[in-house]
Amino acid sequence: MPEQNAKVRAKNFQQVTTGYTEEMAQLEAQRCLQCKKPTCTIGCPVSVPIPEFIKAITEKDYAKAVAAIKRTNLLPAVCGRVCPQEMQCESKCVVGKKNEPVAIGRLERFVADWEASQGAAPVPPTPKKTGKKVAVVGTGPGGLICAGYLIQKGHDVTMFEALHKAGGVLVYGIPEFRLPKAIVQREVDYLIKLGCQLKTDFVVGKTRTIGQLMDEDKFDAVYIGVGAGLPWFMDVPGENLNGVYSANEYLTRNNLMKAFEFPNADTPIKRHKNVAVVGGGNVAMDSVRTALRLGADNAYIVYRRGMEELPARKEEIEHAQHEGVQFKILTAPVKVIGNKDGWVEGLECVEMELGEPDASGRRRPIEKKGSNFVMKIDAVIPAIGTGANPLLAMTTPDMQFNKRGYIVTENPQTGRTTKKGVFAGGDIVTGAATVISAAGAGRQAGMAIDKYLSDGEWWDPNAPPPPAAVPAAK
Amino acid sequence: MFEILEKKVWLPEEPRIVEFLVKAPEIARAHRAGQFVIVIPVEGGERIPLTIADSDAKAGTISLVFQEVGASTMLLGRLEKGQTIPHVAGPLGKPTHIEKFDGAVVCVGGGIGVAPIHPIAKAMKAAGNHVISILGARSKNLMIYEERMKTASHEVKITTDDGSYGAKGFVTDALKGLIDGGTKVGCAVVIGPPIMMKFTCKVTEPYKIPTFASLNTIMVDGTGMCGACRVTVGGKTKFVCVDGPEFDGHAVDFDEMMARQRQYLPEEKLAKDRCASGRGTCQTV
Repeated sequence: MPEQNAKVRAKNFQQVTTGYTEEMAQLEAQRCLQCKKPTCTIGCPVSVPIPEFIKAITEKDYAKAVAAIKRTNLLPAVCGRVCPQEMQCESKCVVGKKNEPVAIGRLERFVADWEASQGAAPVPPTPKKTGKKVAVVGTGPGGLICAGYLIQKGHDVTMFEALHKAGGVLVYGIPEFRLPKAIVQREVDYLIKLGCQLKTDFVVGKTRTIGQLMDEDKFDAVYIGVGAGLPWFMDVPGENLNGVYSANEYLTRNNLMKAFEFPNADTPIKRHKNVAVVGGGNVAMDSVRTALRLGADNAYIVYRRGMEELPARKEEIEHAQHEGVQFKILTAPVKVIGNKDGWVEGLECVEMELGEPDASGRRRPIEKKGSNFVMKIDAVIPAIGTGANPLLAMTTPDMQFNKRGYIVTENPQTGRTTKKGVFAGGDIVTGAATVISAAGAGRQAGMAIDKYLSDGEWWDPNAPPPPAAVPAAK
Repeated sequence: MFEILEKKVWLPEEPRIVEFLVKAPEIARAHRAGQFVIVIPVEGGERIPLTIADSDAKAGTISLVFQEVGASTMLLGRLEKGQTIPHVAGPLGKPTHIEKFDGAVVCVGGGIGVAPIHPIAKAMKAAGNHVISILGARSKNLMIYEERMKTASHEVKITTDDGSYGAKGFVTDALKGLIDGGTKVGCAVVIGPPIMMKFTCKVTEPYKIPTFASLNTIMVDGTGMCGACRVTVGGKTKFVCVDGPEFDGHAVDFDEMMARQRQYLPEEKLAKDRCASGRGTCQTV
């Protein structure tokens, strides 16, 4: 796929990849074998009918292609850009057994962008109203998908967003160069056109509790898709020095608040020269590439395992490498060093080696005793994960949360919580994961909510678990 | 959109102190003493935390008091009665722990910190406490909310740094005088400039008087997502927006907090100068 020159793009916030041309899309689509049993669709968390939409591309019927995707995924422009396709649909592609798999994600993006270029997306006919009201709490990928599903089933849907813009992690977390905010806004506008209500600046758990939404505001069901946004810190000395930012703070300032335009935008961000981002996931890559674009001379990834173990998407790692990000692998921070004014001036690290695989299946990093060294650094950005925000747990006493603060649900298929009428999915149930898994959970919950609104059936969270299946006798 | 129903200028000289009565029925209904809101003064502007100075659930209004110390508060101050604030989110943070204490409750407010301590004094009084308020300011013209604090308290003591009103000196002097004079203090709550909170907590520490300091740190989202507001309390990192804003004042690392508050001083100065000369988003209001 065509992309901006690495040296040029490392200094701007425009999209890294510029997308397929029609000719490229045609050539790529023709590589699809149109398998009778499409394993790619099985690999997709929201079961996009992949061969069907690719066939429509070969017929140059792009409207039909978009419609096919949108039957199960309302966010093709987003998912075509940020899904880890190489681990999902594309990993199951039959063509991929001998050659490069069909570039399903790029084709998805192509048709979504084609639709955008045609002007306003067509609005499907309004379904018959059911008279039921659903509150969708959180407008990240899960909430948006769930809202879109339910509005098309004829329910009244109100989306609640704590921030001043809808989109959740899509607007505050993922940088412009990977996902232009105009694309997210377009998806939100589409939901509003379908009839969804949107209440921004509304902090569920504070402005109104879940209980009040149901008992006083008469919502028949609630979907909680608030994500897991509470940043984790490294728990090393010096972590509260000036110049240490959670990845969320750094990215929110830059993406949601547009701090890269400061002073033309009001929210500032520091343009540090030597930046260490701790962690190896997509959020770490987004942070380190943002630091480069803000003018860092040296932008490092500090990661305690090896290159093979980096959890980020391969494409993002390669983009980062081409742009000049330096990878300090098998390295773990032990202390942030400050100057007399309380600002970061160094990061003390220790070298690591890999031992036996641990519970996660990855080889466990072990500290090399006495290998400590100091990196000259003026900003440290921990991107080591996030946990559950305690706001809902504090104000929803009649709903069960687990020890780590995540919401307990019956199972991923239904998303039913221990409070009748309340469903949950995405990171607030599973812990931090990906955009597409949250979208998948939002879709599953949408189906479960629709079913609940018609039959009113619930589960008994206190019932003893079913007896374990007895292995069949040989 | 949140309509400004009333505007009052407490201090006309710069940096001005301004109060808005804002229509925000959902926030007013949920508000408890000690909580704050995040305000965006203009589309595309900063998210700034402001403690709620008063609320009326029936009328659906909240009161916000602020001083125009930076570009964003200057922008906010330009809004007039009848205009709207684009974004107000909340109420955020944990409410103040209100109970009937064994001994008087002393509410210490410094400068503009008198406004946010007002709902706390009110709630403490309503819970049956004997409320003594100590209000401090640099000089008489900077004293705000005196009448409301008199209604919310049983006794009010006033200090000014220059002696232009009340007793000459600091709130810490008045507090120490109160304790040494034999008043049994069950709890103290303090809101004001960080240095004033630090020394107020130092006064009560030897007497083991439970003292709550309401912290106002740098925030971006205000809902627990960014961690910019973090502060060390008793050796542990806490988020002011979700764990606070009130903490045990004897356990707060005020020096670290003050260093963190200075992080954006050069940027704040640049933005303020631009705003004063009518550039940036200041053009749009």
